[in-house]
Amino acid sequence: MTFEGVPGLVETKEALGETTLVVDPARLVEACTHLRDEEGFNLLLDITATDYLGWGDVPVSGYIATPEGRDLNYPAAQGFARTPEPKPQRFTLSYHLLRVADDSARVRVQVWLGDGETVETVIPVWPTADWHEREAWDMMGIAFDGHPNHVRILMDDDWEGHPLRKDYPIGGEPVRFSGEE
Amino acid sequence: MAVIESRGTPIYFGSRIPQPVPTILKTDPALDDVLTVNFGPNHPSTHGVLRLIVDLHGEHVVGLAAVIGYLHTGFEKTMEQKTWWKGVTYPARVDYVSFQYNELVYVLAVEKLLQLQVPRKATWMRMALGELTRIHSHLVYLGTAALEIGAISMFWYCFRERELILDLFEMVTGVRMHTRYFQVGGLAEDIPRGFYDQAWSFCERMPKAVDEYEAILNTNRIWLERTKGVGRLSADDAIALGQTGPNLRASGVDWDLRKREPYLAYDQVDFEVPVYHGGDVYDRYKVRVDEMRESTTIVSQCVERLEEMQGEPWIADDRKVVLPPREELHTSMESLIHHFKIVTEGYRVPEGEVYVGIESPRGESGCYLVSDGGPKPWRVKFRAPSFAALHATAACMTDAAVADLIAIVGSLDAVMGDVDR
Repeated sequence: MTFEGVPGLVETKEALGETTLVVDPARLVEACTHLRDEEGFNLLLDITATDYLGWGDVPVSGYIATPEGRDLNYPAAQGFARTPEPKPQRFTLSYHLLRVADDSARVRVQVWLGDGETVETVIPVWPTADWHEREAWDMMGIAFDGHPNHVRILMDDDWEGHPLRKDYPIGGEPVRFSGEE
Repeated sequence: MAVIESRGTPIYFGSRIPQPVPTILKTDPALDDVLTVNFGPNHPSTHGVLRLIVDLHGEHVVGLAAVIGYLHTGFEKTMEQKTWWKGVTYPARVDYVSFQYNELVYVLAVEKLLQLQVPRKATWMRMALGELTRIHSHLVYLGTAALEIGAISMFWYCFRERELILDLFEMVTGVRMHTRYFQVGGLAEDIPRGFYDQAWSFCERMPKAVDEYEAILNTNRIWLERTKGVGRLSADDAIALGQTGPNLRASGVDWDLRKREPYLAYDQVDFEVPVYHGGDVYDRYKVRVDEMRESTTIVSQCVERLEEMQGEPWIADDRKVVLPPREELHTSMESLIHHFKIVTEGYRVPEGEVYVGIESPRGESGCYLVSDGGPKPWRVKFRAPSFAALHATAACMTDAAVADLIAIVGSLDAVMGDVDR
C-alpha cells in the first residue's frame, strides 16, 4: 500500500509491521479526509497524545517527578545503553485509523506539535473524534481549533494543569481538606 | 461475506448523529415545559459512575449530555512510573469486567516491541481464559441489563454461571478477578491439574444455561417490548461513531478482529461470528447471547489442544525478560543475577512505538506503547472500547422515552472503569 497521494505527507515510517504517516499539522484535516474518502479508512480508533519532554536526557525513563522537581537519583533511574533518537517537537498526536472492509488495513497518522501549537479538529471527518480530542486537551493540553465543545472531559472543570504531561508532578497535588483548616 | 451486508430496508435513512457536537443531543429551544433531570452519577443502572444530563419533554428524551471522569484513576500516568513487568498489574483494573483482555493486550504489545516468541501452550491458554472472560463479561452485561429492565431473576441465573467461571480463574491463578496471570513471555504458572476436567464440565453446562436465558427472555412480552426497535443505530452511524465489537455487529457489520486480523491462534479454531441487522437493544442482546455459545466452543477447542500439551513450557525461555525458575536460584549464580536484575531494575524494551488491537467483549481493545529503550514505558495508552461505546448514546436516543434510556445505556455495555481509565 502506498500513501503517495496523501496531502501534506512529510514522512512514511514502517516499523514492526505498522505504517506511520507523519503529516504536516496544517494539512491534517485534508490528509484525514483523503484517507477516509480515497483509501477507505472509515473508522477512527483512537487519538493519542504523547509528550516527549526530556526524551533522550540520560536517566529520563526512570525519573520520578516530585513537587520540588525531578529526582534523578531515584533507584532504577540510572543507566541507558544509548540515548534514543531525538524528536523534532515536544508533542505528537497519533490518529489510529482502521479500514472496516474486506481488505482491512490500519495506519497511524502522526503530527508533531510544539507547546501551545494547535491543530484543526477532525470531527467533520470522524464524529467519534469529539471525546478523543477533549481527552487530549484535558490530559496533554493540546488545543483543537474548531472543536464545538472544547472543555475538559476526565478532570474537573476547574482543574489546573494537564496531568499526563511529563512535567506534571506525581503526588504533587495539594491536599484539599486537611485537618488544619 | 461482505463486511456490510444490506438486508432490505436500512435501519433508518440518513444520519442521526447530533450536530454540531456528536455526543450532545441539543434540546429544541422552541419546546416549552422541558424538565432537566440529572441521571446519576450514582445510579444503579449507570454501571459505575456515569452522569447523564437529560432534558425531558413529558416522558420523551429531548436533550442529552454525558459527563464522565468520575472514575478517572490515572492508570496511564501511573504505568509510566512502573517498570514494564510491574505494569502488568494495572491494565486488568482498567476494565474490571473483562480484566484479562486488557492484561492480554498489554503483554501482546510489550511482546511485539520485544519481538518475543511465546510458547504455544501459553497462546492456547490465553485464548481459553480470554474466551472465559468474554462469557463472564457478557453474563455481567446480560444480568445487569435485564435487571434494570425489570427481569430480576436473570441476574441470579447469570451470576450462577459467572461464579463457575470465577472458580476456574481462582483455580488457575489463585484469585477470582484481576488475575495477573499473563506475563510478558507466556503465563505466570503452569496450568494446574484438574483445570481440564472442570473446564470440560463448564463447557458442557454453559450451552444449556444459555438456552435457559433465552427461554426466559426470547418470548417474554415485556422484554421484547422494552428492547425491540429501541435505541437504533445504523451501520454507517456506528462506524462514524467508532463503535466496534457487539455494538457494531448488531448493526449489521460483520467485523470481528478474531476473524479479520487473527491474533493468538484464532485462525486455528472454528467459530461463527454472529451478526444481526436491527441495530437495536434486542439485537445487541442477541449478538452477545450467541457469542457466549461461540466462546464456549472455542474454550472446548482450546482445552482439547491444551490437554495434548501437558509437560510443555508455558513461558518463553528468554532470561533477559523472563524470571528464571525458582529452584535454579539456589544452584545457579547466573540465574540469581538475572532474577535480581529483572526484579530490581526491570528489563529494557527496545525503542519504538507500537499499537496492538484485540477483540475484547466490548469491541476493539487497543494498547499503544512508546518505549525509549529504558526499563519503564514512556507512554501507555489504552484504546478503550467503552469510551467509544458511550459516544453513541446521543445518536441512539432519537424518539426514546426516559425508560428506554436505561435500556439503551445498558445495551451499549460501557464499563466506567474502561471509559475513565
